[in-house]
Amino acid sequence: MGDPLFWHRLQFGFTATYHYLFPQLTMGLAFIIVLLKALGLRSGEGRYNDAARFWIRIFGINFAVGVVTGIPLEFQFGTNWSSFSRFSGGVIGQTLGMEGLFAFLLESSFLGLLIWGEQKLSPKGHFGAALALWLGSWLSGYFIVATNAFMQHPVGYTMAADGSIQLASFRSFLLNPWAHAQYTHTMLASVVTAAFVVASIGAFWTLKGLHTEQARLNLRVGTILGFIFSVLVAFPTGDLQGKLVAKYQPITLAAMEGRFESGPRAGLTLVGEPNVARRKIENPIKVPAVLSFIAYGTFSSNVKGLLAYPEDQWPQNIEMLYYSFHIMAGLGTLMIAVMGLAVLLLWRGRLETNRPLLWALMLAFPFPYIATTAGWAVAEFGRQPWLIYGLFRTAQGGSPTVHAGYTAFTTLGFAGIFTVLSCLFLYLIGREIAHGPSSHQA
Amino acid sequence: MQELWFWIVAVMLAVYVVLDGFDFGAGILHLFVAKTNEERREVLGAIGPFWDGNEVWLLAAGGTLFLAFPKVLAAGFSGFYLALWLMVWCLMLRGISIEFRSHVPDGLWRHFWDGTFAVSSLLLPVLFGAALGNVVRGVPLDASGTFGMPLWTDFRLGPQPGVLDWYTLLVGLFALATVAAHGSLFLAWKTEGPVHERSRGLAMNLWGLVLVLWALASLATFLVNPRMLQNLMKAPMAWAATLIFLIGLALVFTGIKRERFLQAFLGSGTFVLGILAASAACVYPVMLQSTLDPAFDLTALNASSSPHDLRAGLAWWLVGFPLAIGYSAFLFRFHRGKVKAAGEGEGY
Ligand code: HDD
Ligand code: HEM
Ligand code: HEM
Repeated sequence: MGDPLFWHRLQFGFTATYHYLFPQLTMGLAFIIVLLKALGLRSGEGRYNDAARFWIRIFGINFAVGVVTGIPLEFQFGTNWSSFSRFSGGVIGQTLGMEGLFAFLLESSFLGLLIWGEQKLSPKGHFGAALALWLGSWLSGYFIVATNAFMQHPVGYTMAADGSIQLASFRSFLLNPWAHAQYTHTMLASVVTAAFVVASIGAFWTLKGLHTEQARLNLRVGTILGFIFSVLVAFPTGDLQGKLVAKYQPITLAAMEGRFESGPRAGLTLVGEPNVARRKIENPIKVPAVLSFIAYGTFSSNVKGLLAYPEDQWPQNIEMLYYSFHIMAGLGTLMIAVMGLAVLLLWRGRLETNRPLLWALMLAFPFPYIATTAGWAVAEFGRQPWLIYGLFRTAQGGSPTVHAGYTAFTTLGFAGIFTVLSCLFLYLIGREIAHGPSSHQA
Repeated sequence: MQELWFWIVAVMLAVYVVLDGFDFGAGILHLFVAKTNEERREVLGAIGPFWDGNEVWLLAAGGTLFLAFPKVLAAGFSGFYLALWLMVWCLMLRGISIEFRSHVPDGLWRHFWDGTFAVSSLLLPVLFGAALGNVVRGVPLDASGTFGMPLWTDFRLGPQPGVLDWYTLLVGLFALATVAAHGSLFLAWKTEGPVHERSRGLAMNLWGLVLVLWALASLATFLVNPRMLQNLMKAPMAWAATLIFLIGLALVFTGIKRERFLQAFLGSGTFVLGILAASAACVYPVMLQSTLDPAFDLTALNASSSPHDLRAGLAWWLVGFPLAIGYSAFLFRFHRGKVKAAGEGEGY
C-alpha cells in the first residue's frame, strides 16, 4: 500500500476539506441570522423573522453535518499524527481544548434554544440565542485558525528538554499576528459564502415567481452583504495574507506565483502554466512590477524565485499551489464584479427584472466554496514540506505504529460515508428549499 | 500539577460519560420503550436539546488530554487505531440519525434512522467500556512509548492481547448495562404515559443486571490486575469514590421504589461518577499500563506536558469549566418538566 505518510496526508486533507464546506456556511449564516433577527426586532416586521426561521432550518441541517464531520478531525491528531501530537501537544492542545470548552459548548447549547425556543422565549431572548450562536461559531473559528496559524508561523514557544515544544508565552501564541490576518480573511470569506447562498435562493425564487416578498428580501440582503464582504476579502485581508506569506514564507510565495528566477520589479502572472521540470512558466501574461508592489509595497522590491532556495525546502506540489492561488484570486475578482453589478442594479431598482443577472446569481453560489477550498489548498500545500513551518517536517509527524493499509482502509471508509452524507444533505436541503419560508411560527 | 491534571482529565471524562450516557441509554432503549412514531418523537424530544452538548464533552475532554498528556493521547489513539475509528463512525452515524430522522415524515425513512440510532447507541458504550478495560488491563507499550493492537486475537489475556478480549468485553457489557439503566431513569423522569411506564418497568430489571455485572467485572478486574486491589486498599480517594457510588446506588433503588425519578436519575449519575472515580484512583498515576514491562508505563508523571503548559491550561480551564457546567445546568432548567411529543413540523 506504499507510504503511510501519503495516506495520512490524503486522509487529513480530504476530511478537513470536506468538513470545512459546512462551517464555512454556518459561520456566515450565523452572522446573517443575527442581522435578520436584529432587523426584525427593530422594525417589528414579520418578514425578517420569517427569513430568519428559514435560514435557521438550513443552518440546523448544515450544522449537523459540520458536527459529525468535525469529530473525526479532532481524533486524527492522535490516530494518524501521533508523533506530531507528542511533539506539540502542550502548545496546540491549548487552543483545541479551549475550542471544546468555550466555543463548541456555547454553540451546541444555544442552537437548541434557537430551533426549539421561539415560542418559549421572548423576541429579545430569541435574538440573544442567535447572538450566542454567532459568538460560539466565530470563537471556534478563532481557536482552530489560531492552531493552524501556529503551524504556519510558530510563535510563543520554546524547546523543552525532552525534544518537544512548550509554551513560552501564552499571549503571543494566542495573539499570533498570522492568526489575525488568517482569521479575518476566513471569517469574511464565510460571510461571502453565506451571502452568495442567500442571494442564490433569492434569485431562484424570483425567477420562479415564488414567495415574492421573501425572494426580494433575500436578494437584497445577499447582494449587499455579498458585495461588501467580497471586497473586504480581497482588500485589505487577502492582501494582508499575501504580505505575511511574502514575509514569513517567501518560498511559498514564489511557488504560488510559479516564479523561478529572482529579481526586482517582479511581474504578476495573470495566466501561464508553470513547468517545474523546465523550471519556468510557459506562455505567461504578466503585469510588470505589480508582484513586487503587492508583496513588499514598492515596485522595485526584489522578489526571490524558487531557484534561490535549496530544493528540499520547496513545497512539493508547486503546480497545485500555483493553480489554487490563481483560482482563488481570480474568482475573488469575478465575485466582486458580479455582486457589484447586482448592487448597482438593485440600487436602480432593476435587479428583479434582469433575468440574465438573476441566472448568474442563482448559479454563482459555488464560487465562494471553490475559492475557499482553493485558499486552504494554498495554505496547506504552501506550508509543505513543514508541518510546523521551519520547525517540524511533515515527514516526521505520522504515527509510527499505524500501517499504510489501515489508513488506506479508513480513508476509503470516509470516502464512502461522505458520499452517503452528501446525498442525504442535498436531499434534505432540497426539500427545505422546495418547502420555502413559512410565514407563521411553525 | 500533574496530579491535578490527571484529575481534571478524569473529571472531564466522567462528566462526559454521565451526560452522554443518558442519551446513549435512551437510544438503546427507545425501540423497546417507544413503539409508535409519537412515542419515538417523545424520546427524541427528551434528549434532543442535550445530546450534542453532551457529546461536546468528549471533545473537550479529548482536548484536555491532548494538552496535558500528549504522549498518552498519541500512544493510545494510534495504538487503538481501528477500534477508535469504529467508535468515531458510530458517533457520526448516531448524530446523523438523531438529526435527520424528523426531517422527513415517512415511515420507512424513520424506521431506518431509528434502527441506526439504536445500533450505534448500543455499540458505543461497549467500545467505551472496552477502552476502560484496556486501560486497566494494560497494553503492549514498548520502550518507544508506542504500541499497535489488533481488534482481537484469541480473546485471552497475555502480553499481546487484542483490543477486545474476554475481560474488556465484560467491562463493555457492564458499561452497556449501566448506560441503559441510566437512560431508563432519565426517560422515566422526563416522559409520561406509555413511555414512562415501560421505562419504569425496565429500570428495576436493568439495575439488577447492573449489580450482577458490576460484581463480575470487579472480581475480574482484581484477577486481571491485582495492583487495582492493592491500590483500592491504599488510596483514600478510592475509598471516597466507593462511598460515592454506593450512595448513588442507594439513591437509585429508593428513588425507583418511591417513584422519585429525578432522585433516581441523579443517583445513577452519582453511581457512574463514583465508579469512574474509583477506577481512576486505583490506576493513578498510571494512565496506560504496559503489559511488557512496568518501566514502559505511561504515567501522569512521565507523560505530561511541561509545567508551564499545564499552568497556562489551568488558567483557562478554571474559567471554562464552570461556564460549561453552567450552560448544561441552564439547558436542563430551561427544558424542565416532562417532554411532550413535539407536533409534526414543530421546531423548525
Ligand atoms: C471566498 C473565498 C475567498 C476569496 C474570494 C479569496 N480568498 Fe484568500 N483564502 C480564503 C478564501 C478566499 C480562505 C479559505 O479563507 C483561506 C485559506 C486559508 C486561510 O487562511 O484563508 C485563504 C487563503 C489565502 C492565502 C494563503 C495564506 C497562507 O498561505 O496561509 C492568501 C495569500 C490569500 N488567501 C490571498 C487572497 C487574495 C489576494 C485574494 C484576492 C482576491 C483572495 N485571497 C480571495
Ligand atoms: C485550521 C485548522 C487546520 C489544521 C490545524 C490543519 C492541520 C493539518 C494537518 C496536521 C495536516 C497533515 C500534515 C500535512 O500534510 O502537513 C494537514 C494537511 C492538509 N490540510 Fe489542513 N488543517 C486545518 C484546516 C484545513 C482546512 C480547513 C482545509 C481545507 C479546506 C485543509 C486542507 C488540508 C490539505 C489539503 C492537507 C494536505 C496537504 C499535503 O499533504 O500536502 N486544512 N492540515
Ligand atoms: C482541521 C482542523 C479542524 C478540527 C480538528 C475541527 C474540529 C471540529 C469538531 C470536532 C466539530 C464538532 C463540534 C460539535 O460537536 O459541536 C467542528 C465543528 C465546527 N468547526 Fe471544525 N474543525 C477543524 C477545522 C475547522 C475550521 C478551519 C473552521 C473555521 C475556520 C472550523 C469551524 C467549525 C465550526 C464553526 C463548527 C460548528 C459546526 C458547524 O458550524 O458546522 N473548523 N469542528
